[in-house]
Amino acid sequence: MHPAFSVLIFTVTSGAGYGLLAWLGLGQTLGYSQTLTPEQQLIMGVIAMVLVSVGLLSSTLHLANPKNAWRSFSRFRTSWLSREAVFAIALYPLSALYAAAIFWQWNSINVLAGLCVVLALITLFSTSMIYASLKTIRQWHTPMVPALFMAYALSSGGLLFLSVGCFFAPINNQLLNICIGLVLITLALKLVYFFWQGKPQGATLQTATGFTQASVRLLDAGHSAPTFLNREFGYQVAADQLLRLRVLMVLVAFIVPLGLMFWVEQGATANVLVVAWLAMMAGLLLERWLFFAEARHVVRLFHGEQRC
Amino acid sequence: MKLGLVIDLDTCVGCHACATACKQWNTSGTIGPLSDERPHGKDPSGSWLNRIRTYEVGDSPHSKTVHMPMSCMHCEDAACVTVCPTGASYKREEDGIVLVDQDKCMGCNLCAWACPYGARELDTDSGTMKKCTLCVDRIYDLELPEAERQPACVMTCPTSSRVFGDFDDPDSEVSKLTRERGGQQLLPELGYNPVNSYLPPRNPKQQEKLKVSALQGVKQLVNRLINR
Repeated sequence: MHPAFSVLIFTVTSGAGYGLLAWLGLGQTLGYSQTLTPEQQLIMGVIAMVLVSVGLLSSTLHLANPKNAWRSFSRFRTSWLSREAVFAIALYPLSALYAAAIFWQWNSINVLAGLCVVLALITLFSTSMIYASLKTIRQWHTPMVPALFMAYALSSGGLLFLSVGCFFAPINNQLLNICIGLVLITLALKLVYFFWQGKPQGATLQTATGFTQASVRLLDAGHSAPTFLNREFGYQVAADQLLRLRVLMVLVAFIVPLGLMFWVEQGATANVLVVAWLAMMAGLLLERWLFFAEARHVVRLFHGEQRC
Repeated sequence: MKLGLVIDLDTCVGCHACATACKQWNTSGTIGPLSDERPHGKDPSGSWLNRIRTYEVGDSPHSKTVHMPMSCMHCEDAACVTVCPTGASYKREEDGIVLVDQDKCMGCNLCAWACPYGARELDTDSGTMKKCTLCVDRIYDLELPEAERQPACVMTCPTSSRVFGDFDDPDSEVSKLTRERGGQQLLPELGYNPVNSYLPPRNPKQQEKLKVSALQGVKQLVNRLINR
């Protein structure tokens, strides 16, 4: 699949935004966020919603006809993209109410924080289901994809929560440990995903053409220059380069942040967490690029690939 | 009604006439124009609703060249319609034709991602998705003589490898052909239940065996004995 940069930015930044909002809301319901002043909580909330908004705006850049984007709220009952749009927009008034509750210290603040957490997670789930619901791309059509998207968002959001928080108060080692645990779970899940992905499976050129009792080879694709289908689905990266990029991704997105987090736990200055968060975001961008570059759509079979 | 096409892989010669006739008709049809990029340049591109690919099946010297024209299969469980967030993609209840409302499409490409057959192509000029309409603006046109109320690709095919009809009617030509020649769906394992049916090439040896008359049988026997 062609990795559209706007979609990579969208899923990574809005994921971190929803993750941060989830951490803030969970912190509220579990009694941690109250240790921060209302102003500090509001700063966190604003950072979260700015990240979400940057992501959502970026997602509209890949639309070929954005003037009809408002119609995407209309197929809530069937389309995950539509559900995502509805939930993403619904979160704005709810988060505004949560902000008001923080500012004026309403009694209903816990309920509003909890609702924000739930809606942020539902939006994340809807985004991931856009990919996981496509039977045509076997690398995406797995329950691991929603699980991974939630894990990325909660890890990057949690790390951002801690790195912003370290400017307000001394670092809370308990929270740091929870965050380290989340990053470790995410890394384990991603490695499982890589192993699963490497197993030969899926449709073949034989089932695609109906000639299941003989070998089939493409002689002629029928066009002299690349078409929309080639550009969108024919994205190809050399296998050895993919392997190198996978290693780089695991290092930048997981190993470096984990190392820095352990270092902070050992007593290093907590501001290092900002570097850890930036590294993780860069690594997650690379991860999302790989997510697209390694996904092989079944249309490629008709263009001569033997197996997807 | 369940309208669709039967495509005979035995007789298709891969001349691309169906694709050009399709482009010619539909570029001025209900979803038109089908715009081109750099039509006279080095790497011309553009939206086509029908593509023909050529495969070698089997290993030489027992291989066969098969031309496979592909357009929208008008799937019974059309995932492209399910994933569409704007409601631009829809499947007509009365005849099963899958269409894109050009006024509603926002060009998000999700339907093209959901389609396993590469039937949908984004028109970069209008920013909307274009796909086979089964010539919905021909097949119901009462101004046309009845014999011409067929998709442009079917009308133009020089070897009559394309047949249009109603798969819900067991006595229609498409149903008969699918039944008698063992018509197949492409990528049936994905479960979209495509309507279009592909007739596999006939096996010439098997056909000869079936046709041999008594006299020819004796002749063949004599020839075989002399050879020995």
